[in-house]
Amino acid sequence: MIRSLGKYVLMLYHIFFRPEKFSVYWRRFLDEVIQLGVKSLFIVTLMSAFMGAVLVIQTATAIESAWIPDYTVGFTVKQSMLLEFCPTIISLILAGKVGSNIASELGTMRVTEQIDALEVMGVNSIGYLIGPKIIAALFIFPIVIMYSMFFGFFGGGLVCYFTEIISVKQYLLGIRTFSGDNYEFIKYALTKTIVFAFIITSISSYFGYYLKGGALEVGKASTNAVVYSSVFILFANYILTQLILI
Amino acid sequence: MIKVNNISKSFLGVEVLKDISFTFEKGKTNLIIGKSGSGKSVLTKCIVGLFEPDNGEVYYDDRKFSVLKPKEKKEVRKEIGMLFQGSALFDSLTVEENVAFPLRMFTSMSESEILERVNFCLNRVNILNNNSLYPSELSGGMQKRVAIARAISLRPKYLFCDEPNSGLDPVTAIVIDELIQEITVEYQMTTIVITHDMNSVLEIGENILFIDNGTKNGKVIRNKF
Repeated sequence: MIRSLGKYVLMLYHIFFRPEKFSVYWRRFLDEVIQLGVKSLFIVTLMSAFMGAVLVIQTATAIESAWIPDYTVGFTVKQSMLLEFCPTIISLILAGKVGSNIASELGTMRVTEQIDALEVMGVNSIGYLIGPKIIAALFIFPIVIMYSMFFGFFGGGLVCYFTEIISVKQYLLGIRTFSGDNYEFIKYALTKTIVFAFIITSISSYFGYYLKGGALEVGKASTNAVVYSSVFILFANYILTQLILI
Repeated sequence: MIKVNNISKSFLGVEVLKDISFTFEKGKTNLIIGKSGSGKSVLTKCIVGLFEPDNGEVYYDDRKFSVLKPKEKKEVRKEIGMLFQGSALFDSLTVEENVAFPLRMFTSMSESEILERVNFCLNRVNILNNNSLYPSELSGGMQKRVAIARAISLRPKYLFCDEPNSGLDPVTAIVIDELIQEITVEYQMTTIVITHDMNSVLEIGENILFIDNGTKNGKVIRNKF
């Protein structure tokens, strides 16, 4: 356990070594932005829209009362999406998609001696392979989460439009209600996202980079990356919520 | 020239290399031979710095590798080209990008100069018109040749080849062997080939280190006729 933690810290330390050539690292950063962020947009859109839609139906059904105004549905959806569903649930989804991808990519590179090849050439393999992934995730994940918020609200709006469970006007009114705290909530959500992005990429990279063995171990590393990233996301979520919101 | 003095290496208490000393000569195809598990690859990894030996020293032309600063070690490594057993080409890069990789990383050459050098290296190993293919689209022999092209792209002083013939048919194996020997003489490199293929030994071996169970069991200097 302590040994693993030490290796993890050393890995992070190596990321901050001076790049051999900035232009090569910059190209790697752009590739990773596409790989980790842009290529995740489809699943994020799908997840967010359906989450928003289901939330509208569940909330509307749960608070069906003459005493509670319809716009409460929109307000509840907004709060749930901003505070928890978009930053945390989407990050857990990304931990599955991106985390397994990173661990299996680096694990395969380890097994096929591609990482050794980099080391023999004199390249800082951790800096070259892992550094751009972490920085790209820190940059693109907050954008992906804001995109997810939009599609979450949009999905909820579509349900209102097609089912008339509440009117779209009431739904939008609910989203706009008590908007004074929105800035704080978005700041909270994005702070969480940045921490989660770091957790997902660094933990998954650790499992892939230090893999020993063959194809079987690549599969195990991939699973471990997802499991550990998810567990640490849940812990971090609790700690950050207590620190920021209370 | 690469000299190793009294190299020993253990893993979890098992001694894999025991007090090995040898001099690999410049401009010659030096061979490390021995049966599987005898410690050939471990010795090579100790020489290139992927493993740190428990005892002993490695000298690259009088530069004692273990006492060099990290920056100086990096400089030595830029003078090393290595052909791995499985070629170790980068999956996500094309043939051209693989060969260009060390040039882009370590030189300030312009893109046109890089392309010129890449094409020269690929021509040298007889890979023509395959620049845009990915490693997975190449045969084993072609992958080995691209890996050699990548290894020589920075004009290395030292070339390491870890079982260059593994997984290849006998005809392609001879082609790869001959290519390694030709470029060794052409660039006056210190080449170290690890093999257990006796055809390679007879074909290209000039200065041969025989390892058995982690110990040096013989040295052969072969004169070509």
